[in-house]
Amino acid sequence: MSGPSTYVPKSAIGRWFESRLPIMGLVHSSFVAYPTPKNLNYFWTFGGILSLMLGVQIITGIVLVMHYTPHVDYAFNSVESIMRDVNWGWLLRYTHANGASMFFIAVYIHMLRGLYYGSYKAPREVLWILGVIIYLLMMATGFMGYVLPWGQMSFWGATVITNLFSAIPLVGDSITTWLWGGYSVDNPTLNRFFSLHYLLPFMIAGVVVLHVWALHVVGQNNPTGVEAKNIERDTVPFTPYATTKDAFAMSLFMMFFAWFVFYVPNFLGHPDNYTPANPMVTPAHIVPEWYYLPFYAILRAVPSKLGGVIAMFSAIIVLVFLPWLDTSRVRSANYRPAYKVFFWLFVIACIGLGYLGSQPPEGGYTIAARIFAVYYFAFFLIIMPVLGLFEKTKPLPASVADDVLAKSAAHAKV
Amino acid sequence: MLKKLTLVSLLAGGLAVSAAQAQEHGHDVKTPTRQSWSFAGPFGTFDTAQLQRGFQVFREVCSNCHSMNRLAFRNLAEEGGPEFSEAQVKALAAEYKVTDGPNDEGKMFERPARPSDHWPATYPNPEAARAALGAAPPDMSLLAKARSYSRGFPMFLLDAVIQYQEHGVDYIYSLMNGYSKSDDPNWNDYFPGNHIGMAKPLSDGQVEYTDGSPKTVQQYARDVAAFLMWAAEPHLEQRKKTGLRVMLFLILLSSLLYFTKKKVWANVAH
Repeated sequence: MSGPSTYVPKSAIGRWFESRLPIMGLVHSSFVAYPTPKNLNYFWTFGGILSLMLGVQIITGIVLVMHYTPHVDYAFNSVESIMRDVNWGWLLRYTHANGASMFFIAVYIHMLRGLYYGSYKAPREVLWILGVIIYLLMMATGFMGYVLPWGQMSFWGATVITNLFSAIPLVGDSITTWLWGGYSVDNPTLNRFFSLHYLLPFMIAGVVVLHVWALHVVGQNNPTGVEAKNIERDTVPFTPYATTKDAFAMSLFMMFFAWFVFYVPNFLGHPDNYTPANPMVTPAHIVPEWYYLPFYAILRAVPSKLGGVIAMFSAIIVLVFLPWLDTSRVRSANYRPAYKVFFWLFVIACIGLGYLGSQPPEGGYTIAARIFAVYYFAFFLIIMPVLGLFEKTKPLPASVADDVLAKSAAHAKV
Repeated sequence: MLKKLTLVSLLAGGLAVSAAQAQEHGHDVKTPTRQSWSFAGPFGTFDTAQLQRGFQVFREVCSNCHSMNRLAFRNLAEEGGPEFSEAQVKALAAEYKVTDGPNDEGKMFERPARPSDHWPATYPNPEAARAALGAAPPDMSLLAKARSYSRGFPMFLLDAVIQYQEHGVDYIYSLMNGYSKSDDPNWNDYFPGNHIGMAKPLSDGQVEYTDGSPKTVQQYARDVAAFLMWAAEPHLEQRKKTGLRVMLFLILLSSLLYFTKKKVWANVAH
């Protein structure tokens, strides 16, 4: 739904350049003239927030690398010297470490927004799948980044997660040895994780470009789920409308971020990671970073190791098939009363799994994790396909403009 | 329907969790209690006199066994720390010997420490400490951040809101006061499993304070815990001060952006 590019450079030099490389026209049509539905709410600002977070992570990361040493004997010390001796090093590191968590908070809100308003449905399947790829790359990047300080949780987290691959029949052990670059998590593992941790964010940036490109072809979904058709009536230009709104939301998100960086910088970390890695001492409970906990809970809810690994990876892969698992003709949960209930139950299941992933896998915790894990998969594999066939949906507004007018009329009456 | 289903699922999950929690308890390990610290909260700053006393306790008691590898003498004179004078730190460093070299003849040699040197450990390596003491005491540089205790649900979530970050300090303080059995110097109320390798390290009157502060285990514990927090996070004051400026800036920026956005959207129904 690209709008007509009305861009004509003002200066002669600009016109000369534009006729040779129309990059300003591209920027203009993507971020100035691009039509956005009038009725977007603040959940639609998280795309911009995520781009900002990617930028923050890459910039702080590049500077951190100038002071970091990827070697088992020096990694922990170099991180501590960043905290103590590098000017503003504590700010760089706390921003980067908490930035990863902020990135995931934003991406989870962004994904749940898509799930609630049916943003994955045709014609946005490719857009959605590109998003799932970005999420997978983020998981890999976050995991490898957590290993780099070479604290106790870094080391043991890496050991547990890489060991999962040994559950693959026949070739599992060979794959694990190959991943480690040896017979245990050691210096070669740290080196390759460092290399990949530096590479993957740029791959994410590449897929983000595709994601934004795909978005600008199909246009944004909106809270009604009704396609914006009439550019004049249904949409406003990206600049200044979306830019000012996004900027305001970003500033609020930065305040939330700053709260963690400056006041509770270790809240989202694990105290054990302030103890240098020691292959001879296993921590009492090995827990991954909070953003993996729901999947970690699913892994441990299954009694067999291979089964657990399959369940854990399936929990993410199932997202790829979402556009075809959902059979409903209506996108937005605002018009799907039954789906809305199942959606919020799904959110509860994810939060529940997250909490259980941080607890020891025993007794009541395991039972609860199994209940939630079953619901997690049932939501995608049973509820989504079946519900769409039987659900009685509410009447949709004729267009975005009609919805906006009805709302402002109701607002005026009050 | 939503409410009912939510309730049922929460109940099912909640029952299972509380059953699991009940299994976990049932031994004698106590939970540390939250203390009030000068460095807590958004405007927190270290109490210089307290850090100096804490350093005295560390130097006279803890450092006999524990190392503090990440502490340099110069840190003791830096802003936001114990803030000894440069001359004091120079004199203090000179009391210690460090190994340097190799010299022109290829030999290692001993010399008095300089402010740029790090705190010399009593034992050259953890193995030597283990051989002498039976177990290697942990390095103290990061102890205040490397220790914690569980606050349980929902307090662990609220801690982010109330800015409670002093779990490690409270644990250390409690541990020092947790030697409750006079017939068992290795019994500790707060140590996991109750048996701690370190026998009761502090007793009343052990360290001679010169500023009139009470010479009690409680006071020693409080001071040394504060000192360990500074050692683990020497830029804590700078962090909180910067945070305040960043927050004020972001509040101003957000307000301006809010009104800009409002003005831009004023003529569009949305």
